[in-house]
Amino acid sequence: MEAADLVQIVLFIALITGLTPVLGLYMFKVFTGKPHILLAGFAWMEKSVYRFTRVDPDEETSWKEYTFGLLVFNLIGILFLFLIQICQLWLPLNPAKLPGVTWHSAFNTAVSFVTNTNWQGYAGETTMSYFVQLIGLTVQNFVSAATGIAVILAVVRGISRKTTHKIGNFWVDLTRSTLYVLLPLSVLLAVLLAGQGVVQNFKSYETIHTLQGQTQVIPMGPAASQIAIKQLGTNGGGFFNANSAHPFENPTPFSNFLQIFAIFLIPASLTYMYGKMVGSARQGWTIFTVMMILFLAGLSVSLLTEYSTNPAFGNLHFMEGKETRFGISGSVLFSVVTTDASCGAVNAMHDSLSPLSGMIAMINILVGEVIFGGVGAGLYGMIVFIILTVFIAGLMVGRTPEYLGKKIEAFEVRMAITANLVTSFAILVFTAWAVVSSYGLAGLNNAGPHGFSEIFYAYASAAGNNGSAFAGLNANTIFYNLTLGVTMLIGRFGVIIPVLAIAGSLARKNITPPSSGTFRTDNWLFITLLVGVILIIGGLTYFPALSFGPVVEHLLMKAGVAF
Amino acid sequence: MNTKHNSNLFNRKILLQAAGDSFIKLSPARLIKNPVIFIVAIGSVFTTIIVLGGIFKGSFSSFNLNIAIWLWFTVLFANFAEAIAEGRGKAQAESLRKNRTQTMARRLDGNQEVRVLATNLKKGDIVVCETGDIIPSDGEVTEGIASVDESAITGESAPVIRESGGDRSAVTGGTKVLSDRILIRISTEPGDTFLDRMIELVEGAKRQKTPNEIALSILLSGLSVIFLLAVATLPSFFSYSLASSGLSQSLNLTIPVLIALLVCLIPTTIGGLLSAIGISGMDRLIRRNVIATSGRAIEAAGDVDVLLLDKTGTITLGNRMATDFIPADGVTVAELADDAQLSSLSDETPEGRSIVILAKEKFNVRGREVHQLNATFIPFTAQSRMSGVDLRNEDGTMSKIRKGSSEAMRTFVQNNNGFYPQKIQEIVAELAGQGATPLVVAKDNKVIGVIHLKDIVKGGIKQRFAELRKMGIKTVMITGDNALTAAAIAAEAGVDDFMSEATPEDKLRRIREEQANGHLVGMIGDGTNDAPALAQADVGIAMNSGTQAAREAGNMVDLDSNPTKLIEVVEVGKQLLMTRGSLTTFSIANDVAKYFAIIPAIACALYPAKNGSGPLSVLNIMNLDSPQSAILSAVIFNALIIIMLVPLALKGVSYRPVTANAALSRNLLIYGLGGLVAPFVGIKLIDLIINL
Repeated sequence: MEAADLVQIVLFIALITGLTPVLGLYMFKVFTGKPHILLAGFAWMEKSVYRFTRVDPDEETSWKEYTFGLLVFNLIGILFLFLIQICQLWLPLNPAKLPGVTWHSAFNTAVSFVTNTNWQGYAGETTMSYFVQLIGLTVQNFVSAATGIAVILAVVRGISRKTTHKIGNFWVDLTRSTLYVLLPLSVLLAVLLAGQGVVQNFKSYETIHTLQGQTQVIPMGPAASQIAIKQLGTNGGGFFNANSAHPFENPTPFSNFLQIFAIFLIPASLTYMYGKMVGSARQGWTIFTVMMILFLAGLSVSLLTEYSTNPAFGNLHFMEGKETRFGISGSVLFSVVTTDASCGAVNAMHDSLSPLSGMIAMINILVGEVIFGGVGAGLYGMIVFIILTVFIAGLMVGRTPEYLGKKIEAFEVRMAITANLVTSFAILVFTAWAVVSSYGLAGLNNAGPHGFSEIFYAYASAAGNNGSAFAGLNANTIFYNLTLGVTMLIGRFGVIIPVLAIAGSLARKNITPPSSGTFRTDNWLFITLLVGVILIIGGLTYFPALSFGPVVEHLLMKAGVAF
Repeated sequence: MNTKHNSNLFNRKILLQAAGDSFIKLSPARLIKNPVIFIVAIGSVFTTIIVLGGIFKGSFSSFNLNIAIWLWFTVLFANFAEAIAEGRGKAQAESLRKNRTQTMARRLDGNQEVRVLATNLKKGDIVVCETGDIIPSDGEVTEGIASVDESAITGESAPVIRESGGDRSAVTGGTKVLSDRILIRISTEPGDTFLDRMIELVEGAKRQKTPNEIALSILLSGLSVIFLLAVATLPSFFSYSLASSGLSQSLNLTIPVLIALLVCLIPTTIGGLLSAIGISGMDRLIRRNVIATSGRAIEAAGDVDVLLLDKTGTITLGNRMATDFIPADGVTVAELADDAQLSSLSDETPEGRSIVILAKEKFNVRGREVHQLNATFIPFTAQSRMSGVDLRNEDGTMSKIRKGSSEAMRTFVQNNNGFYPQKIQEIVAELAGQGATPLVVAKDNKVIGVIHLKDIVKGGIKQRFAELRKMGIKTVMITGDNALTAAAIAAEAGVDDFMSEATPEDKLRRIREEQANGHLVGMIGDGTNDAPALAQADVGIAMNSGTQAAREAGNMVDLDSNPTKLIEVVEVGKQLLMTRGSLTTFSIANDVAKYFAIIPAIACALYPAKNGSGPLSVLNIMNLDSPQSAILSAVIFNALIIIMLVPLALKGVSYRPVTANAALSRNLLIYGLGGLVAPFVGIKLIDLIINL
């Protein structure tokens, strides 16, 4: 590891930490209706959206109506996306004359982009027309991220309000998130990326003749605009199949740094906004710290193993599958960040990571994508863990557990454990099915524990709405498209619905004022506890599966056996 | 009841009874109430069937038999924990039942007295009780006054006075009238009397899960299902790995091994002890002579963060006492003491008596008899607002000695053409400012001095309030005194807030306000006018000496009628919740070690190197002897830990009045860290022992 690598990492942490309160404060203003900088230029747009959709922005709803609106909106998104893929041949902006997508792949992709997963069973440049990419996928990149922000806003209101059943207006939250947060940041990032050489055009693919005298098709397209939101919205769906390893998608170390940075920016800032909205910035920083600790732990282990030597190749570090443009540090940082934050964009194939850093990537996903996590999703996932932590440990102070003055009772516990249960169910049951069925094993390119990891990773990634692949698994089959599609739906809405129910239940409760008898949720003791609960609850469930995958692979590799 | 209660945690009789009950509790209908233990029971049945099937097929496996036995022990130990907690209550219920004899009641039908069975009494009936009668049912004294022996209920042998009209009108069925005659209006239907309810409560017959217990059960069931998923998918993962290792599928995990792993992972420790913790919480209250009408109330007690405390009896020793004599100009202290004593000789109020005592102790003024002095006692009246004596002097003239409030005495002196000095006025103001009650003593037209009457704050109460504050509990003193007096006592006692000149309506309003601000309020009261406030409070403790209305409004009854009890009740509630949390943490933390025992044991066969051992055996960090003994050790540890923690579940974790943060750090260190480490040690030890 060289000094430049260390500088990159330190700079990354410093920038994220430094910008968290800045963007956080801005979002706090946006979502609490306070005056902010973009209001002058865009308020008319917000108003016309409401006029056009006939939404009364001042009318707030109960959690049930809020959830209903969210589900209907997402269902329409899935249907629309499904249809335009099937019919892309008859739609404009298809210079490569790509045929309609198969029904199962279209289903998988529709679910994938609506759930903010962006699992891609297909190769972008050979499957999707510009129309689908722009009108379908890119739009969902925005609104799926905005949906995540809407959910966390509902949760914050549930916590900070008292004795009310109103938790906000989904359409307003959706509009403001898109208009004031995601769009402006994406434009900014897209311009910066285009400046680094990311392509942004509507040209047909170009055919060139290489020096060896062969012909090669060079894909083109409006990449920069989709990549900006794919990173910022923690979506991760690449414009090209190679995702951010593709030179047109991620040409330089600086564009690489920008992309990594963009993944964490909003999720990290949301913690500060959260703190402000619940009335204590410290509460936000506590969550930020927990996330940062888990991130740094994962990063350290990953770097350590990647910089160790692979006995199979003598004295070399693990350079297999990595872009020489970014090197080990640039790739490992990307892999840890993208799995932490439920983004799923990749700049190196996770399949080629050393077994232990592959395991870190898996653990990052398996603990529920709460290490910064998806936009909004990471934070509301963290709230689920906080509720469990507060409930288990809060009893030890001799009071009914409470979080920020709200009593955590049977209903909240039931919902929190449900959110945990459904994702574990999807990951474990589908993996168990795939590893012993012929159609599951058919897609496998590697044997042994590595093959196991590939399948396990796929379902974990789908359930965590991460979307990155371990690769090495051909998942564009009816079996995988369907089971992964269902897993993504469970992983997204199986968490969102219980979380919104919690928001509704908390909103109805009164707030117990804090005293010295209150279980504190803003100190180091709580940070330690929360980290412990995340690792134990997340870890214990998957410990056997991890043992049969990366752990045994690592041990075998030490003995010189590779897969 | 304190005296009757057997404080032995494990007496022989209860132990034997509980051992027997553990088997009775194996009935599925009872087991299903505890989902975690129910899963273990199902596992035990399956394993047993496999063992038996093996015997029939001639392939007996002693490993499977051992697993089956220890799984059954796990279930039995959990049942035993519950049975022993119930057993202590049952013993108590038996002694209570003895009091519920078939008494005959003398019911008044109009003016006719009819003898009926006590169990036939309806609400609203009027009965007569005379000396020697057992009061047939709960009710309210409507006429008369009597001394009653309530030892059957309270364990306190000194008789108590019960009279109509006042705040001491409630009588309890099963208690005995010692003297006089009273009329009682029956206030409960048969089978629902205080005694009946008390028996039900201590027996745990109608025990319902409390809200927090329900929430915890949900968490434990949820975790169990998650672990069930983790275990149920294991054979499939294993099958893949066997195929990849080139090993035969016949090596796949057997059902007993899977069940063993499942039982070790699901939170059996807290699952097995949960109901015992709840029952013993109730038991701890009963031992403090407090009867809670529901377990919910005990939990709420732990949550209470505002306590409304009556000044009298809780914060101060019942009555004001004379502590000092301050003479007027030209009068000696001895003269003042002498006159003060004279004026109080026949004053039977506690204040009056305290003046006599002070005069004797401080100035050696001998006791005198009023009639020997040719004196007439003038008692206190609401009109005169003073008391004293008319004394015939040796010269035949009459002296009027009076003591009373400053205003009353000013009028008295001025009516006798006397002069009320400015200095006395200043002393009075100063004493009032300190929260004391100044009594002015005058003789005819001359002011003699001031008696300093003071509320005596109970010893140690300030310390107690400081502890409560540390725990985040706000104390509010309620008193009928004026604001000045109240403020001074509040400051001396160290309460956080006070309500002066408080009416019952004020109390009710205050409770509602606190609740609207998110606080949970606890209070203790006795009178009829306390009933609305007791009902409104989250924890309302009625004193047994109080009215029936108060007793029904509250959710707890304090048999000792001791106002300080409220604080103890809060502590019991907190201890109950702490015990639950600590054992849950312990139980979950245990899983880490169990994984490290079992996973290497089952996975060491995979991907074997040439010497036959698989790479995953490096996870066997405890260096357990063999895969089989590793699994068995984990199962045995899992069973034994339940029985080892029974005393803790019954006694509760040690409780100290400290801040939430301090309590958390302490419990986390003991039960969180302890829970991580203990099973590593325990499993290793068991492994060593079974391989001896």
